[in-house]
Amino acid sequence: MNTARVAYAGAIHEAHPHADGLQLADGRVLREHDVVWLPPFEVGTIVALGLNYADHVKELSKELTVTSKDEPLVFLKGPGALLGHRGMTRRPDGVNFMHYECELAVVIGATARGVQQADAMRHVAGYTVCNDYAIRDYLENWYRPNLRVKNRDGGTVLGPWFVDAADVPDPHRLSLRTIVNGKVTQSGNTSDMVNDIPALIAYLSGFMTLQAGDVILTGTPDGVVNVNVGDEIVTEIDGVGRLVNTIVGDDSFRIQEPPSCASNT
Amino acid sequence: MQTPPPLSFDFAPWRLSGTVYGTLLNDPAALAALGDAAHAAPYKAPPYAPVLYVKPRNTLAANGATTAVPASAPALEIGASLGIVISRATCRTSARHAMAHVAGWTLVADLSVPHNSFYRPGVRFKALDGSCMLGPRVVPLHAIPDPDALTLLVSVPGSGARNFTTGGMQRRVTQLIQDVSAFMTLSAGDVLMLGVKAGSPQATVGDSFTIECAQIGTLQGHLIAQTLEEVA
Repeated sequence: MNTARVAYAGAIHEAHPHADGLQLADGRVLREHDVVWLPPFEVGTIVALGLNYADHVKELSKELTVTSKDEPLVFLKGPGALLGHRGMTRRPDGVNFMHYECELAVVIGATARGVQQADAMRHVAGYTVCNDYAIRDYLENWYRPNLRVKNRDGGTVLGPWFVDAADVPDPHRLSLRTIVNGKVTQSGNTSDMVNDIPALIAYLSGFMTLQAGDVILTGTPDGVVNVNVGDEIVTEIDGVGRLVNTIVGDDSFRIQEPPSCASNT
Repeated sequence: MQTPPPLSFDFAPWRLSGTVYGTLLNDPAALAALGDAAHAAPYKAPPYAPVLYVKPRNTLAANGATTAVPASAPALEIGASLGIVISRATCRTSARHAMAHVAGWTLVADLSVPHNSFYRPGVRFKALDGSCMLGPRVVPLHAIPDPDALTLLVSVPGSGARNFTTGGMQRRVTQLIQDVSAFMTLSAGDVLMLGVKAGSPQATVGDSFTIECAQIGTLQGHLIAQTLEEVA
């Protein structure tokens, strides 16, 4: 079953797909544009993976200072990064390289601690699509990728649907792609993950307790390109969802001049 | 493993949000300790913007909590930081206005597996269950006239006690708020750590530790061995 969380007419509702758009639990049928789409579940800890597709590692190899990959590259994000389907993400004026990342998001159901790979999938509640933006201009080699690159307000888009694990028979054989203004710019398959879902759950639960609502963003294949103000970005995973986002500029945020790090000498 | 209820207090915003951000290398001495390495690969240059890390919800623990030391780690570093408790949405806030976004102050015991590479985010070292103790309470903004001149006393019985000051940071409280809120919004009840000073003591299984600050109180914790039951 697919489930969304939407805001409509003054309340937050659970919704499900309907031939005409979506249907709230109270029976009302609405069109996709009638509601505000929120991330489709109550999000706990946000765990993200870098360099988890072999071709993407190759794509970035020129700028990687260290290439050894003896353990998964994991980083965490805060709740301010979250955004729902059909949201708007800001591209600061003056940056040169802001890119999307289409990722399969794995939502934890049952508490996981010290889980073996063979048991790991029992801890998965379901899946959704993530578009995890990065602004490479801000990359620094300290706790890289640093939060200034990957923890932007509204830079981690989730949705539209939470899809029950039972409805995704093989999460390691899903085609995924990104479409910018109607043109496919990124294309891959979850079968190419370096560390698959059981490996990630075993690794993470080896040092931290994963809880219901925690989400693992499993990384992105190659094909990340710069996006500009006004672009419509569709990240899509077959059988999971089609997530739409629009890039907006500084104007609507009333930003006069880009903030700097004045204290840095 | 249960996440404790958020610390609450009797002024706005009344409780912590549960979101805690750590600040890496805000102590110039910690960066200086790296010497020329800070300019060499893989870092290539010292940090420009604040380097933050997330202490996720599984790390949150109350005053007096017990934290399990992984079998793979001989000891944990007992990082002591002032916790800046945010009062309201803080987005592109200047240093001049920063204090109007601070509700109050707490102590943070930021426990981590000692590591000497800061190239990758080090989640395995910094996200251990119960490795972020907050408390013993949140004191209001005006209880501390100068948050950049506090003394934190970190004691590990058997290994002695060390005094740290919150002064001399690369970014003082107001500047840190400005430079962090330049790229991400902090929300009411979030805790932003000013940062841990160089030379934090270490503690191991069986040890207790305290972090004392005259204006805030005493935060204490205990380290135990990780049990098989917990892992299974």
